[in-house]
Amino acid sequence: MGLMTARKITDLTWRVGGPQGGGIETAATLFAQALARGGWWVSARREYHSNIMGRHSYLDVRAARRPTKAFFEQVDLLAALDAETLARHLGQIKAGGVLVYDPAAAKLPLSKLAMLDGAAYRRISAQLGGGDPPVERAVERYRQDGAVLLPLALTQLAREVGQALGVDAITAKRTLNTVAVAASLALLGYPSQPLVEAVGAQFVKKPKLAELNRKVAAEVYRRVEPLADRRLEPVGDGGERLYLNGSHASAMGKVAAGLGFMSYYPITPATDEPFYLEAHPEAEVVVVQVEDELAAVNMAIGASMAGARAALTTSGPGFALMTEALGFAGITETPLLISLYQRGGPSTGLPTRTEQGDLRFALGAGHGDYPRAVLGSASVEESFYDAALALNLSQRFQLPVVHMMDKYLASTTRTLEPFEADKIKPEPGLRAEGATGVFPRFSLASEGGVSPRLPVGAAGAGYWITSDEHDEVGHITEDPELREAMMEKRAAKIEALREWLGPEEMYRVYNPEAGTLVLGWGSSQGVALEAMEGLDMGYLQARFLLPFPEIGDLLAEKKLVVLDYSQSGQFARLLTQETGNKPDHLIVKYNGRPMTIEEVRAAFEAVLAGTAPKYLVLRAGV
Amino acid sequence: MELKLADYKSEMAPDWCPGCGDYGILSALQTALYKMKIEPSRAVLVSGIGCSAKTIHYAASYGIHTLHGRGLPVAQGVKLANPKLTVVAMAGDGDGMGIGAGHFVGIGRRNLDMLYLIFNNEVYGMTKGQASPTLELGAQPKSLARPNIQAKVNPLMLAFAAGFTFIARGYAYDVKNLARLMQTGLEHRGLAMIDILQPCPTYNNLHTREWFAPRVYDVGAEGYDPRAPREMGDAERAERMARFTQKATEWGERIPTGVFWQAELPTFEERLGGFLPRYPQEAPATRGVGGEAKRVAALMKGHRVA
Repeated sequence: MGLMTARKITDLTWRVGGPQGGGIETAATLFAQALARGGWWVSARREYHSNIMGRHSYLDVRAARRPTKAFFEQVDLLAALDAETLARHLGQIKAGGVLVYDPAAAKLPLSKLAMLDGAAYRRISAQLGGGDPPVERAVERYRQDGAVLLPLALTQLAREVGQALGVDAITAKRTLNTVAVAASLALLGYPSQPLVEAVGAQFVKKPKLAELNRKVAAEVYRRVEPLADRRLEPVGDGGERLYLNGSHASAMGKVAAGLGFMSYYPITPATDEPFYLEAHPEAEVVVVQVEDELAAVNMAIGASMAGARAALTTSGPGFALMTEALGFAGITETPLLISLYQRGGPSTGLPTRTEQGDLRFALGAGHGDYPRAVLGSASVEESFYDAALALNLSQRFQLPVVHMMDKYLASTTRTLEPFEADKIKPEPGLRAEGATGVFPRFSLASEGGVSPRLPVGAAGAGYWITSDEHDEVGHITEDPELREAMMEKRAAKIEALREWLGPEEMYRVYNPEAGTLVLGWGSSQGVALEAMEGLDMGYLQARFLLPFPEIGDLLAEKKLVVLDYSQSGQFARLLTQETGNKPDHLIVKYNGRPMTIEEVRAAFEAVLAGTAPKYLVLRAGV
Repeated sequence: MELKLADYKSEMAPDWCPGCGDYGILSALQTALYKMKIEPSRAVLVSGIGCSAKTIHYAASYGIHTLHGRGLPVAQGVKLANPKLTVVAMAGDGDGMGIGAGHFVGIGRRNLDMLYLIFNNEVYGMTKGQASPTLELGAQPKSLARPNIQAKVNPLMLAFAAGFTFIARGYAYDVKNLARLMQTGLEHRGLAMIDILQPCPTYNNLHTREWFAPRVYDVGAEGYDPRAPREMGDAERAERMARFTQKATEWGERIPTGVFWQAELPTFEERLGGFLPRYPQEAPATRGVGGEAKRVAALMKGHRVA
């Protein structure tokens, strides 16, 4: 049967959807690892509800012959492990793409999908002609839209294979994910060996499960392989490549810069990082889970005062609770790194979805004036180098540094070349060695506002630290002249930091000669670069948000577009504030889903054609 | 060089009101550190906000004057980063039992090896005498517009519920016994909490020096033994808890001071050492630079595609 046109595959997106907690993450890992072992550059993104078990969740795995930076909306193959996936992903399969599904699941009427919320029910019902349509009608819609249907009795297949291998029904059902992956890869004509290896690696600590899943994969291949009419071939081997996400990269970057202490209070999606470090004693980081965010930030501050390189991670609600302590680190000139994993706000907002709505909050959080640095990572790879730089900046300039991450980066896993950790050196900062007696920790005779540091507890010396305004040894003062001198000393750090970094470190610009320049920061970078391929457009990524890069000259005489994950276009307002330039177009997204290459491409084309409105909202996403 | 008591005093003169209990607490703390021959520079004193918080400025050591309620987390950060230091955290009753009460419960579960002092005068002095969480229901010190509408929390009982391994009460005007109590607390391997009763001569006209003097007594002098054995049967535990509760809640004509409860439990530092073999010998603040790339390489190994 002719599933797909027999052209050479250079770029493939596979989607697997099913209930949260049902193992679809394992499925995506197996699929991605099987392709990565065959030399493909893979990346996977994860969408999930704030729920432990049962609600709809899906992952996209994109494989290409070159490293990629973003994801498409439409997929080549959708593996639907339940009826809700069939209902929710209408319009998401490319013409000529394949739907793998279980016909038994399609028999249910829409109203029987227990986890389908009211808004989704009404929208999908309307799309399928109203009433309480059976899910089969969705399947029919996929066919009308040009998808090739491949009904496979997935659950039955898992059961049958399980029976043949002599395992009980529950264990057999747990292999459903392997069934879906094996069926998908077999259909694509991909050899089974890389999958067998990926299964072995996935279940390395559970040899019995590994054996079962390997047998399941072999049996599924035996049954499905004859249906394949094409070959997705290995293009090499994985070589030295790593497969990891933004949380891992950010943790490793901090370790490279000498991280010794991390405290945390659990919050989505920031906790993956400390949780990862907790699980890996080889990182040699003291990780402490504490009673609340106030304890987390203040404990890290205490550790830093004693001389440890200290950092923490949080997301919007947690960061809100930490703002008083941010000022404490500011006035006491204590090095502190906070990685702020943004999610949809305000308040609890969209806990498991992505946004850049915390930008202005990070820039201004806390009462009073004090210097801080804010930088944002745009990719998994940057997360490593930025986390290291951020920790080093905190040490060198003795101030709080906010490292902006987001949910998209936290849960996007990709293949990468190994990080060059040996090129990163922990920044020693300005240290006072061998001081005795009362030590002027906040000496005004400092360059760039940075006084030599001596950790508390250093033998033979002593000084005080206070959240009040203070003199050079740290005693409280309300003296007007000392106040001015201390404010000026601390404020001097920002220009010193800018000078130390150099202008090139503060932003990245791609194709600056183009007549239209898209500006943004963080996660909008990857999708912008892929979407503008072949167009007369450039992209400027503000790597630092505070201090803000000096980019005014690059903007002259150009059509300016801001691409931002926030309803109000927070970055556009910052751009205007810092450069005086107002963008001609503001393209935003705030439904919590990542920007797709298709929708950004369409928006860019409209900008170039002169048909785009001044304010454009991107609305794709499941 | 022989250490002198004067070595524990800073050049800064206290700005507390005349007759404030804080003077006695400061003096007792300096005496305890001096008697234990703890180098001033190896002691880190950490406070919150309020009159009590200024204590750290009057002692010659490292002093950290933090945010309202946050002395405990900062102190724990210092201790975990450099476990060889002597760390003393202190808080007022509002600071420790109100805005910082969550940390009080949190640290009880950890048993870090440090000393925690609560300056308990039943009022918020610095903001002109509002009711603190330890003021009795219905009490009306002179600055309150109406009798206290909230009931009081008992720091000793809360400490017990939170798992503190050393629970004591002192009296600020009995400096000699208070210093001895602090010394016992510093010697305790684990977390030691001392609830220190103190008059506020400016705002608490109910519980004055004259009110306290005939009431306070030392439980130790009456034969009370606070030491709980590592292993206890149900009956013994019930009996010891009953005795503890009887002393911890006794209030009025007689007010007990001294050590109420002392138990043995592995410290948090020891527990961490179970996960990180080089800790606490190589602590984050003292281990120096080196080996980072090796650590990253070890982490990356777990992510290799093949």
